[in-house]
Amino acid sequence: MKAKHLPLAATILIFVLSYALCAFQFPNILSTRVIGNLLTDNAFLGIAAVGMTFVILSGGIDLSIGSVIAFTGVFLAVMMENTSIHPLAAFVLVLIITTSFGALMGAIIHHLEMPAFIVTLAGMFLARGMAFVLSIDSIPIRHPFYATMKGFYLKLPGGGRLTLIGGVMLLVFALGILIAHRTRFGTNVYALGGGAQTARLMGVPTGTTTIMIYALSGLLAGLSGIVFSLYTSAGYSLATVGVELDAIAAVVIGGTLLSGGSGFVAGTLIGILIQGLIQTYITFDGTLSSWWTKILIGFLLFAFILLQKGILYLSRNNRALAA
Amino acid sequence: MKFMKALSCATVLAGCVFSSASAADMTVGFSQIGSESGWRAAETTVTKQEAEKRGIDLKFADAQQKQENQIKALRSFIAQGVDAIFVAPVVATGWDEVLGEAKDASIPVILLDRTVDADKSLYMTAVTSDLVHEGNVAGKWLVDTTAGKPCNVVELQGTTGSSPAIDRKKGFEEALKGHDNLKIVRSQTGDFTRTKGKEVMESFLKAENGGKNICALYAHNDDMAVGAIQAIKEAGLKPGKDILVVSIDAVPDIFKAMAAGEANATVELTPNMAGPAFDALAAFKKDGKEPPKWIQTESKLYTQADDPQKVYDAKKGLGY
Repeated sequence: MKAKHLPLAATILIFVLSYALCAFQFPNILSTRVIGNLLTDNAFLGIAAVGMTFVILSGGIDLSIGSVIAFTGVFLAVMMENTSIHPLAAFVLVLIITTSFGALMGAIIHHLEMPAFIVTLAGMFLARGMAFVLSIDSIPIRHPFYATMKGFYLKLPGGGRLTLIGGVMLLVFALGILIAHRTRFGTNVYALGGGAQTARLMGVPTGTTTIMIYALSGLLAGLSGIVFSLYTSAGYSLATVGVELDAIAAVVIGGTLLSGGSGFVAGTLIGILIQGLIQTYITFDGTLSSWWTKILIGFLLFAFILLQKGILYLSRNNRALAA
Repeated sequence: MKFMKALSCATVLAGCVFSSASAADMTVGFSQIGSESGWRAAETTVTKQEAEKRGIDLKFADAQQKQENQIKALRSFIAQGVDAIFVAPVVATGWDEVLGEAKDASIPVILLDRTVDADKSLYMTAVTSDLVHEGNVAGKWLVDTTAGKPCNVVELQGTTGSSPAIDRKKGFEEALKGHDNLKIVRSQTGDFTRTKGKEVMESFLKAENGGKNICALYAHNDDMAVGAIQAIKEAGLKPGKDILVVSIDAVPDIFKAMAAGEANATVELTPNMAGPAFDALAAFKKDGKEPPKWIQTESKLYTQADDPQKVYDAKKGLGY
């Protein structure tokens, strides 16, 4: 096994072990209901985290996604309340807005050579502010099309449901894996994360790639917003505060190096499922404070950062020995 | 010693088992908003106590002010197959789908303290207080206490536009209707906070001849009243005597003021929303009796005659 597969293997091992432990204590956790819930409840987070994986693989960060999700939800709710526009048209419109928003941030990061942290922080405030300008109230979405879409689900044996939004998340992950490993763009992202200077010398179009990465993150944040609005049937400007941090945690737990250049989109899915599993365990137990979710995620993050450092150190030593 | 301890444990256990045998093996999931205010923390504590009293296994989930966490908790309760779900919803919208799933799984849902913007058939009942009634109780107390003597009232309103501020004002005004001796001479927002309550009361006192024209203060919550009491004292008047003080919520600090004779009355917004909910649930499980869609909690009036020190001691441990 190669060193770069080690974090992913560790993630999968932790997930399988903890699932087994949970199932040992609460056999109900094995039911298809819980598995269906894990996919449905984390769909919006998972979709946004795929975008975040690309951003982090390139060595960047995107703090705006939580706000963009909230903005998308409020935008859709306001559109559907005040105009007779069809939800599908509104979806296309909002995706164009969020993708351009992401592309704009990417362009600023590249052309003005600003740290991604600052630019996307500004984007975070801007998107949240825009959501508040649209409405400070929580607006319900009552369009019949929403009800139809919610009606689409696959009944799993045992009462569980694979919902439309859970399916969308799995599809986004599948596409993300394809893009990362089977396209020129994906290769460029890895190259950029390995070192911008080197990438440029190798002929990678760093400007276009950076803009495309943040545009992709914006697009997926918009899609995540659509999924979230389906999830709650409402738009609320205070929703999904701090989701970008959950997404970053999922990406890192999923085995992607925070410094960029190494990692897997599939790992992020496991990272999401681990977070969901911890939350499920805590509600099943019913006596633990829900803040234990954060504490455990914190521990996992520390463990994975240490693991990453250890692997880097080992591989450097190996290279030195070989030379 | 150890034996005594074991014995007392056994008695407590036995007490639970015998007093509420019907509810004893029930599991109830409770999704709480968070712990943003003292009142909410007290609601959590009381809910846990009420469950323990009845021998109900309570699964508690704190949503940290996030609706997505509440929906997740509800789904997970459904997956566990609990006997009932209590939820204090953080926002009114977005509950249709998950409540529908609970309904499909035949798990009754009871809303605590707030209501939702969804079809009434999706939940069994809502246990909330009546804000207008609270203002009404406070107003009635003032009407009875002044007994026809002329009295200028100043009012500290809650946050402008918030439903407690609107409804508590409305209820108070309704109670005063037809009693021409009582006049609201000034009314301003104190934003539900102590500091703002003090500030606004200071300006009231200055504007009304150093407070000599004011005979009573009505505050939409206790915190503003506590701030105002400070202002009255600093102006050289005696709160509770020179100026009557009546407010709403019944937090521990107002009982301390009442014990010192500085406040006169408070109307309780009870943190015990779960008690009536458990009772309704037990009745439903026993003979399938559906409770009404709205269960109103009692808005109890406390005055200096109600041994405020004792109430303070009882309330201060609840986490306010």
